[in-house]
Amino acid sequence: MSMIKVTVVDREGVAHELDAPTDMGMNMMELCKSAELPVEGTCGGMAMCASCHMYVTSDHVLPEKSDDEEDMLDEAFHVNDESRLGCQIHLADALEGLVVKLAPVG
Amino acid sequence: MIQTDILIIGAGPCGLFTVFEAGLLKLRCHLIDALPQAGGQCSEIYPKKPIYDIPAYPSILAGDLVDKLMEQAEPFKPGFTLGERAERIEKDDEDQFVLTTNRGTVHRAPVIAIAGGLGCFEPRKPPIHNLAQFEDHGVEYIIKDPEFYRDKKVVISGGGDSALDWTIFLADGVASEVTLVHRRTGFRGHLDSVQKVMDLAEQGKVKLLTNAEVVGTEGQGSLETLTVNHKEQGEMVLETDHWVPLFGLSPKLGPIADWNLNIGKNSIEVDTFDYSTNVPGIYAIGDINTYPGKLKLILCGFHEATLMVQSAFKRIYPDKNLVLKYTTVNGVAGF
Repeated sequence: MSMIKVTVVDREGVAHELDAPTDMGMNMMELCKSAELPVEGTCGGMAMCASCHMYVTSDHVLPEKSDDEEDMLDEAFHVNDESRLGCQIHLADALEGLVVKLAPVG
Repeated sequence: MIQTDILIIGAGPCGLFTVFEAGLLKLRCHLIDALPQAGGQCSEIYPKKPIYDIPAYPSILAGDLVDKLMEQAEPFKPGFTLGERAERIEKDDEDQFVLTTNRGTVHRAPVIAIAGGLGCFEPRKPPIHNLAQFEDHGVEYIIKDPEFYRDKKVVISGGGDSALDWTIFLADGVASEVTLVHRRTGFRGHLDSVQKVMDLAEQGKVKLLTNAEVVGTEGQGSLETLTVNHKEQGEMVLETDHWVPLFGLSPKLGPIADWNLNIGKNSIEVDTFDYSTNVPGIYAIGDINTYPGKLKLILCGFHEATLMVQSAFKRIYPDKNLVLKYTTVNGVAGF
């Protein structure tokens, strides 16, 4: 199994270093849920609810946001240039060392 | 007052299938849902998305699944209370539950099945600390009656169809002034609605503020001004009578959390023998329940509904024996 390390900073500011498989078709929302971090993922990963809003704080270059993702971010709050939906960040080897911070709930 | 055998809270796939399974046992059902239509998430969030793990359907659109479930439930004539939220439960002296909605509709049944999915869908509220004090004093999350805004100054926030549609409607001689505030320059509504708003902005009938968001609400008693943060121009203050933030809906567990049910991980804990909760007569099925090994899948909800109605039957008719009858042998005899 191919693994990378990513860091998720929770809403209390605690950093969680997680082992993330890159060959299981997983995304950051699912990774957070499997680690029992407080990410809702209400819609299950279809970019349809914005409950997995997070900020990418490392300087990784991610694939551009789809229109669906951009549209859903319109319904989220505390959105800034680092905002992404976790379900749209697909775990891949290029994301080794990725750091994200969970956005406030709301 | 509405009397039934099983009162189902939540008209999503799981609640709808309960009607069918209960009907086979000659139990009548009534469904309550906070949304104005049946189907739950399938209708509200992803009606056009295909689902691939419904047995015997290699692929079915969520909206079509709801239509099929409605068709399957139809012979058993379910009742519906839609657009109302189940608010309060009491027990009467005949051991029946009396459930009242937020609009005061009263229902009575010996069994309640909570099939509430993720909870009830409520408008997403912007994180502004004093927002609550202006709710119904200038801040509304839903436009019920456009006449309410006649000759008033209105600010709408959001980038979707409802924000665009109401902007167009209110700008057409209803409100005295309409401002649309949106976080970016792109809109996700229908292209012709987007074009129409752009045209209205050019004609000066709508004030369009993009790359901006409302960050503050101020007023004495009722709303008087909004503080808007603009990406390039910084903070500005808008005078207004009303602010309508339209940021979609998100599910909240809501009043169910106060019904003395055991709650874990934001879900209702149940016994997997019959999906009963800690309150005798109240069951929880589908995405809203939790138990060791729980999977939030529609097909698991169907299974839970089927076992649950057996237990509900025994509660309602403790002296009657129940025999499993196959629909292939007996067909489906509706009410």
